[in-house]
Amino acid sequence: MITATIAELSAALHAKRLSSVELTQGVLDRIARINPALNAFVTVDAPGALAAAKAADAALAAGTAGPLAGIPVAHKDVLMTAGLKTTCGSRMLANFTAPYDAHVVAGLKRAGTVLVGKTNMDEFAMGSSNETSYFGPVKNPWHVDYVPGGSSGGSAVAVAARLVPGTTGTDTGGSIRQPAALSGICGMKPTYGVCSRYGLVAFASSLDQAGPFARTAEDLALLLNAMAGHDARDSTSLDRPAEDYTRLLRPGAGARPLTGLRIGLPKEYAGDGIDADVSRAIDAAVAELRSLGATTVDVSLPNVNLSVPVYYVIAPAEASSNLSRFDGVRYGHRAAKYDDLLDMYKKSRAEGFGAEVRRRILIGTYVLSHGYYDAYYLKAQQVRHLIADDFHRAYQKCDVIMGPTAPTAAFRIGAKTGDPVQMYLNDIFTIAANLTGAPALSIPCGFDRNGLPIGLQIQGDYFAEAEILSVAHRFQQATDWHGRAPKEIA
Amino acid sequence: MTAQWEVVIGLETHAQLSTAAKIFSGASTAFGAAPNTQASAVDIALPGVLPVLNRGAVERAIRFGLAVGATISPRSVFARKNYFYPDLPKGYQISQYEIPVVQGGAIPIMSPARGEIAVRLTRAHLEEDAGKSLHEDYHGMTGIDLNRAGTPLLEIVSEPDIRSSDEAVAYAKALHALVQWIGICDGNMQEGSFRCDANVSVRRAGEPLGTRCEIKNLNSFRFMQQAIDYEVRRQIELIEDGGTVVQETRLYDPDRHETRPMRSKEDAQDYRYFPDPDLPPLVISPAWIDAVKASLPELPAAMKVRFETQYGLAAYDATTLTATRGLAAYYEDAVKALDGEPKLVANWVQGEVSAALNKAELDIAQAPVSAAGLAGLLKRIGDGTISGKIAKDVFDAMWAGEGDADAIITNKGLQQISDEGAIATLVDGVLAANPGTVAEFKAGKEKAFNSLVGQVMKATKGAANPAQVNAILKRKLGG
Repeated sequence: MITATIAELSAALHAKRLSSVELTQGVLDRIARINPALNAFVTVDAPGALAAAKAADAALAAGTAGPLAGIPVAHKDVLMTAGLKTTCGSRMLANFTAPYDAHVVAGLKRAGTVLVGKTNMDEFAMGSSNETSYFGPVKNPWHVDYVPGGSSGGSAVAVAARLVPGTTGTDTGGSIRQPAALSGICGMKPTYGVCSRYGLVAFASSLDQAGPFARTAEDLALLLNAMAGHDARDSTSLDRPAEDYTRLLRPGAGARPLTGLRIGLPKEYAGDGIDADVSRAIDAAVAELRSLGATTVDVSLPNVNLSVPVYYVIAPAEASSNLSRFDGVRYGHRAAKYDDLLDMYKKSRAEGFGAEVRRRILIGTYVLSHGYYDAYYLKAQQVRHLIADDFHRAYQKCDVIMGPTAPTAAFRIGAKTGDPVQMYLNDIFTIAANLTGAPALSIPCGFDRNGLPIGLQIQGDYFAEAEILSVAHRFQQATDWHGRAPKEIA
Repeated sequence: MTAQWEVVIGLETHAQLSTAAKIFSGASTAFGAAPNTQASAVDIALPGVLPVLNRGAVERAIRFGLAVGATISPRSVFARKNYFYPDLPKGYQISQYEIPVVQGGAIPIMSPARGEIAVRLTRAHLEEDAGKSLHEDYHGMTGIDLNRAGTPLLEIVSEPDIRSSDEAVAYAKALHALVQWIGICDGNMQEGSFRCDANVSVRRAGEPLGTRCEIKNLNSFRFMQQAIDYEVRRQIELIEDGGTVVQETRLYDPDRHETRPMRSKEDAQDYRYFPDPDLPPLVISPAWIDAVKASLPELPAAMKVRFETQYGLAAYDATTLTATRGLAAYYEDAVKALDGEPKLVANWVQGEVSAALNKAELDIAQAPVSAAGLAGLLKRIGDGTISGKIAKDVFDAMWAGEGDADAIITNKGLQQISDEGAIATLVDGVLAANPGTVAEFKAGKEKAFNSLVGQVMKATKGAANPAQVNAILKRKLGG
């Protein structure tokens, strides 16, 4: 029972077939047993979790509980959690205790979820394999020699290994969708501004967006309902009426529930660099959706191939500035010995940050420098608009855009650590949604020859969260890829 | 020496905006709190916190822009100015760089050498202040107080239209008065609410602009004058001795009356400005601008012109009386209460009232004699109850809190003696008692007449109407 989905657990909790304390204790036991092999968690808060479970049980008994009451969740360690360590996977913040809750954390607490711990991640969310964490790599539960994807690798694995039914992540260039794909679960990046960034330790402010991980589209919708919403503390938070992201998930609608849906298939998402098994799985998924009534239409995103270079100018530029506050003066790591102020900065930051973070700070500092700003940062922002225009044109012809979430399934730990560019190309299909700000999700749609999961990315136009969740939900009602569990940890 | 040299000055002024809360956090801006008690999570730059713009700061920037006839940018952009310093918690300052909220405008000033001129403004932009580093009292360590971090500033940049230290001070004073006039800054220079930096260069007449030096730490008008005078002398002597001015930032040392190098252009940091992705562009609607415009008081320049036409004042008097909003209101209130005599009121406000305020180091708002009180006094000059001379004594008594003008005149018996017969009797007495003086007058000594007038006035303790005394004396002596 404790490995069920959120919707199933919610039904059991409300029917009193299960208490949140029982569920939470089961989850804690399972984490204690399985996590050491996977390293998905940085912090586990058993006393806090059991206290929250007790409160949830009281609310359930009183009949005042919502659908997420008593559901154990974990948060990516880049989201501030009052009273718990928030490390960002970095030595810099290895001993930093957050004094407040991030907006999305508070939303999930209000909904009655039980916070069991914080999940491992690439350092400051910079990475695609969860190998840059100061706390060591996270292992893919489908095969522990493989990476789970990143940067939200711990959150993805916590769900994939059935340690918790739902987690939060953040997605700056694919950091939710790519690990969801590589770990065989569902993950969603909402429209930029749907989830407040307050309390999300910034990597690249114009791209960062929090979102949920779960095993079904329905669970994603339930979690997003509690995470979304306007927040006056974030000036980029969107002030729109609250919406119910489950509203389009109603059952029924016959044998061809997707009739009328136009699926755009960009020609740029096919071709070299995409693993044959991945292509086959995507083609099969699209065929399945066609059988459910959808039609497909060829579209073109002529500038989308520039996404990676544009991203690797804008994201490091913003990061170089965002990470300046980690200077050893007020909090975080400070070198034990230094000669003067400059030396303190240099040593504290050199010791506190890992190689990938340092690399991106250097790239970002370079592209913002006097004389280079126009050629790099400004040009990248211009291309960013061109990419958004491409999508705008495409959505005149289609309702959703589909393709692989990542060009390959998971790769071996260490396989790409020596070649940053190869690593960066992992995000080739996910980055565009961050550059445009539009929503996108990844759901499992098959396995490669090594038995590693493959993800289907479904992208929508701005605020089309409910629509793409509905498409994913229909697919999951007709298939069972999302129900497969990794054997290694069963 | 300086005749062939032209001085070129531009000023950059940081005016602290009078909002109760900081520009990007809800923390208080009140001065003088215990260190770090007014630094919120945003101000100390905890991980994950974000800035939220205080619209009150924007409203004040709009007020300023309208007051100087500038363009209010319909869309302006906040940028990050990146540099490391312990009192800059985020490692960057949020400022406006490429598109400031206020563009253009001008400040009219009275130049001692050139008369009425307008100093053009380049721009005014919103930004946040940094905290304070305290190097003393910490024995080799540095204390950081972040109370000031995030305080809203309007940086006002002038064009290099200023040609002397006198003009620089006139500009700074006019700006200082204006920001208080429109209620956007308390103008307190001791507390750092109004700070100026000067960009100074010299050139021989007709030549292109010389290399400039920026002088910092000009926290009083007197220091500004001294610092610029020193810097101009230094640059001219340097060039005349065959040297060249190096572009650098210099610090004014008020104890030594000199400027000294702080950092050269070569040390200048690359601030890596880029638009702050945490803050959407600042969009100001025409409706917002109209609402602010409707709330603006009459501005000093317009009021000065009105004072000249409505009250017949000279340009100099009108300028002086519109130096501050409080002074102008005091003047107008007194004129209204008196129902006329605007020039007499102008003389008194600029004379007795201003002198008494200066002496007591008081602001016009704190004057012990109200505008109505002054009018009550001046009314008694107009109706002949007292002379202008006696009025000054009455004013002093009023200032000392002895009551209103009429009470003081009655209590002290200061009513002017205007009774023709009474004065004639007095004159007769003085003439009889001073035959020698009378003889001197008759022998052609004009001064003897003044002496006789003085005797009559003395006999009445100054209460006799001097015009009448003169007339009667002349009649009796001249026959």
